[in-house]
Amino acid sequence: MKVLVPVKRVVDYNVKVRVKSDQTGVDIANVKMSMNPFDEIAVEEATRLKEKGVVTEVVAVSCGVTQCQETLRTAMAIGADRAILVESAVELQPLAVAKLLKALADKEQPSLIVLGKQAIDDDANQTGQALAALLGWPQATFASKVEIADGVATVTREVDGGLETVALTLPAVVTTDLRLNEPRYVTLPNIMKAKKKPLETVKPEDLGVDVAPRLKTLKVTEPPARQAGIKVADVAALVDKLKNEAKVV
Amino acid sequence: MSILVIAEHDNASIKPATLNTVAAAAKIGGDIHVLVVGAGANAAAQAAAQIAGVSKVLLADAAQLGDGLAENVAEQVLKQAAGYSHIVFPATAAGKNVAPRVAAKLDVAQISEIISVESADTFQRPIYAGNAIATVQSSDAVKVITVRATAFDAVAATGGSAAVENVDAVGDSGKSRFVGREVATSDRPELTAAKAVVSGGRGLGSAENFKILDPLADKLGAAVGASRAAVDAGYAPNDWQVGQTGKIVAPQLYVAVGISGAIQHLAGMKDSKVIVAINKDAEAPIFGVADYGLVGDLFQEVPALVNAL
Repeated sequence: MKVLVPVKRVVDYNVKVRVKSDQTGVDIANVKMSMNPFDEIAVEEATRLKEKGVVTEVVAVSCGVTQCQETLRTAMAIGADRAILVESAVELQPLAVAKLLKALADKEQPSLIVLGKQAIDDDANQTGQALAALLGWPQATFASKVEIADGVATVTREVDGGLETVALTLPAVVTTDLRLNEPRYVTLPNIMKAKKKPLETVKPEDLGVDVAPRLKTLKVTEPPARQAGIKVADVAALVDKLKNEAKVV
Repeated sequence: MSILVIAEHDNASIKPATLNTVAAAAKIGGDIHVLVVGAGANAAAQAAAQIAGVSKVLLADAAQLGDGLAENVAEQVLKQAAGYSHIVFPATAAGKNVAPRVAAKLDVAQISEIISVESADTFQRPIYAGNAIATVQSSDAVKVITVRATAFDAVAATGGSAAVENVDAVGDSGKSRFVGREVATSDRPELTAAKAVVSGGRGLGSAENFKILDPLADKLGAAVGASRAAVDAGYAPNDWQVGQTGKIVAPQLYVAVGISGAIQHLAGMKDSKVIVAINKDAEAPIFGVADYGLVGDLFQEVPALVNAL
């Protein structure tokens, strides 16, 4: 069976972003970009399924600017067999991405689509669910364990208060949580090999999808800053402050 | 204008996040209806009818709706969606699971984890792990929204007297099946609703050492949380995780023990009223947000703090 793995190019998680002074967004010029950490987990999971012999082909997909090719090369260095870039300079919101992915899924006919649970830039946590809805497929979000046998994906999900297990009839959509796996390091030989793997580029128009943003961002501002605190000398001073100044105990 | 709030419940009672979500709906302004989707959930529906400001409760009760499967719940919400200008979910694991499915079927852009209502079509939401706040405007006919509970003060759970109306349940999608649940047992308050939270990080060193936080949590009546580093290292169960990818808390008192203060963690707790940090590294970023910082060895300071309280 074939697996589709959508990956997103985002600001590296170690970078502390700054809001632009004109409040139009955050400053991402000259900032280090990487693959969204949850998507790395998704690529790793698809690759492991292939190594187990459950999956025959892993196709990585990214939607966005030309530089997303680097993200796709990383996915292929981890283990994806080929890649598709849906190239667009427009800001792509989750609904638009879900529609693009649906069009690709109609074409590629995968049995499973594995996405990250959220991207660490817009923190939306929507694309996987929206994609499942558009395809009319079942979904398992926030997965920490995936087992596939006899056309059924049995997925353990991280929910408030513990874990929950659901069984999905394939084809299905799964979104990854942090504890699903530990992504492997990409090695130099694999990076070299990834350069030779096929990368196809399409446009949203080719897929017949209108990607115009639906939500208008009016402004982006700094979060309210906390008042600078103090360091106390010892436990007695701390308890005194909590009781008499903050009055929280 | 009518607003449909999707209740978070366990069939017998309404979860606190529902009350914060109703509070956000009240800020939007309009008639507030609550939809309870469950199995044997009459008690939850009756509880929802008591919530202040709610004018009607819709109850969809059937066996196939009992386990909160996204496919069935989303279908039920869509069945009820006609006539509502806003469909509002709590931003809990259950709400986040279903809301985008509903929005996509309605062909509208969902708005995630709002922290304030500017007007009926304009909302604020955090992006980049809470390092920036975006003000977004929706031009869609129906606004599908998830609400960050800690950003809205809960409405009263009593005082309302809404009528409960039974609605026809949708059938089972047949595409997914509930297998089982493993509930982490705890007699402490729920993390997201607790007045005080004591959290441990990698500095604790082991799952065994994490128990050092128990007497402190008992003294403060606090829930116990953990940083992602502590969870990844296996010191604490993953539903204790406070942060961008875990739970968002905003208690009166947050005590961070052995936590350096990575941005992913700060995103989950920096709206707490008072933050206390105990860490041996005086340069740790957590001291940048802490109201009171204590530099020292947590294995001495935590027991000393318990004795002093």
